[in-house]
Amino acid sequence: MHINTVRSRKPPGRNVANEPLWFRVLLIAITWCIALVLIIIPLVYVFVQAFANGISGWWKQLFDDPETRHSVFLTLMVAPAAVLINTVCGLAAAWTITKFRFPGRILLLTALDLPFAISPVVAGLMLVLLYNVRTGYFGSFLNAADLRIIFAWPGLVLATVFVTIPFVARELIPLMQALGDDEELAAVSLGASPWQIFLRVTLPNIRWGLLFGIIQCNARAIGEFGAVFVVSGRIERETYTMALRVEKLFQDYNNTGSFAVASVLTLMALSTLLLKTLLERMISRSAGEGHGDGH
Amino acid sequence: MSFWKLLYSKKSRSPLPGFATGLSVTVVWLTIMLFIPMLALVAKSWALTPEEFLKAAWSERARAAYTLTFGAAAIAAIVDVALGMLFAWVLVRYEFPGRGILDAIIDLPFALPTAVAGLVYSSLYVKNGWFGRYLVPLGIEGAYSRFAIILVLVFLGLPFVVRTVQPLLASLEGDIEEAAASLGATRWQTFLRIILPSIMPALFTGFALAFARGLGEYGSIIFVSTNIPFKSEIAPMLIYSRLEDYKYEEATAIAVVLLAGSISTLMLINWLEGRNRRYAH
Repeated sequence: MHINTVRSRKPPGRNVANEPLWFRVLLIAITWCIALVLIIIPLVYVFVQAFANGISGWWKQLFDDPETRHSVFLTLMVAPAAVLINTVCGLAAAWTITKFRFPGRILLLTALDLPFAISPVVAGLMLVLLYNVRTGYFGSFLNAADLRIIFAWPGLVLATVFVTIPFVARELIPLMQALGDDEELAAVSLGASPWQIFLRVTLPNIRWGLLFGIIQCNARAIGEFGAVFVVSGRIERETYTMALRVEKLFQDYNNTGSFAVASVLTLMALSTLLLKTLLERMISRSAGEGHGDGH
Repeated sequence: MSFWKLLYSKKSRSPLPGFATGLSVTVVWLTIMLFIPMLALVAKSWALTPEEFLKAAWSERARAAYTLTFGAAAIAAIVDVALGMLFAWVLVRYEFPGRGILDAIIDLPFALPTAVAGLVYSSLYVKNGWFGRYLVPLGIEGAYSRFAIILVLVFLGLPFVVRTVQPLLASLEGDIEEAAASLGATRWQTFLRIILPSIMPALFTGFALAFARGLGEYGSIIFVSTNIPFKSEIAPMLIYSRLEDYKYEEATAIAVVLLAGSISTLMLINWLEGRNRRYAH
């Protein structure tokens, strides 16, 4: 299920048994046309719509509307919280799974993939079944403790964590498997403490891969819709994330407002892509210098 | 793969520290965030009698929703296989202006929030949208139709196929193709008999990933679909509407069917990948 996100940098265009020039040009042209229609024009369209009333209009839509302002705030709280949880625990999972052999190891490995196969709406439903105050399995307990999870921010965090569980761990596991544990074993034999091993040996080796996983996890956390939609209950100025706000403004026929919020989300997505591309360069460069035989 | 084999993979001792801490953190994390929620779904569906379950999960409205969900996801994934193959081929084999940009922009559907994708696609294809003003007069409704659902799923699934095919295509050795050419094979024959069979597993994996993604998709589809029961209502949407009516049992039953579809797709992918790895070494 893991996608090899690190692309090959091998220069293409070897002239081994190549196709005729007209054919190559034709294929490239078709590819560009499809990319234009499916990806590039929609991307441009977001900004054309968002800036339809100029930059001041865009700014007004974003920051003069207290509900929109709150949704930006909420997304900036919920997404990092979910990313933090999944990064710390994902690191622990990757360490445990790659450095040790133990009963249930493959079961854990499989479980890490499960959120990819579960529809976000179903994930949200699971949380509602557990935590809703009327009939949920933990409902009476939550009532007694006067805690609210569904229709409140903790539910948003739980839903976001659920759908982004795989990202950091799945990025790290193949990487740490490939690196092996020779360096860590050497550090142990030299008497290094567990923290020293992690901070001075493992972390420098996996830093770019870790960052890669965090960036992807963050992009998904910010954009998550289905699971959050189900548990949010959509209470104004309480449980609207930016993605939900886009939908709300769209339903209210506030097109420029909707596109203004969407343009911020799109800018975040574009910076994600930029960072990923830069990181891929870093990864392939550091692979080229150091471990020449990185099999 | 038997359950016992899953549970008792070979045990070995390592002198490295952190096993107890790492394992506890991992197990607590997955239990709270993943296993208990999944258990809630199982418990809820077991509370139903088989008749109740069937009545909820197999109603006429639910069947229409499954047909649309599975059908749209399958068609979109097939289109993605064709387009993804083309993209991967062009990106790996040819050098042309803007190749780097194209290579980076392919990942946009991974990074872009699905609500944004839905918003843009619905506005582009309506009657006075940039594409709609040319397409709607021709009778092509790219928004608020079943076609719209497929269209946005094609967008979301494309990078799955490109990114699974690309590394495999790049790793193919040129000498086999040269040998085929020297034996008088045409380019087309070489493609069909040599290149296509070797990237077939990647195409299958890409298809399954795009299909699984399409089955669960919700965020973009509520923008581009009219969401009318029996006509344009997908299964996740039906689950949500049952939930809004506090019919948790019905929602659960439908969710179990949807989950069965996507988890068996995941298992198929793992099986395919395991098989490929065995052949590769």
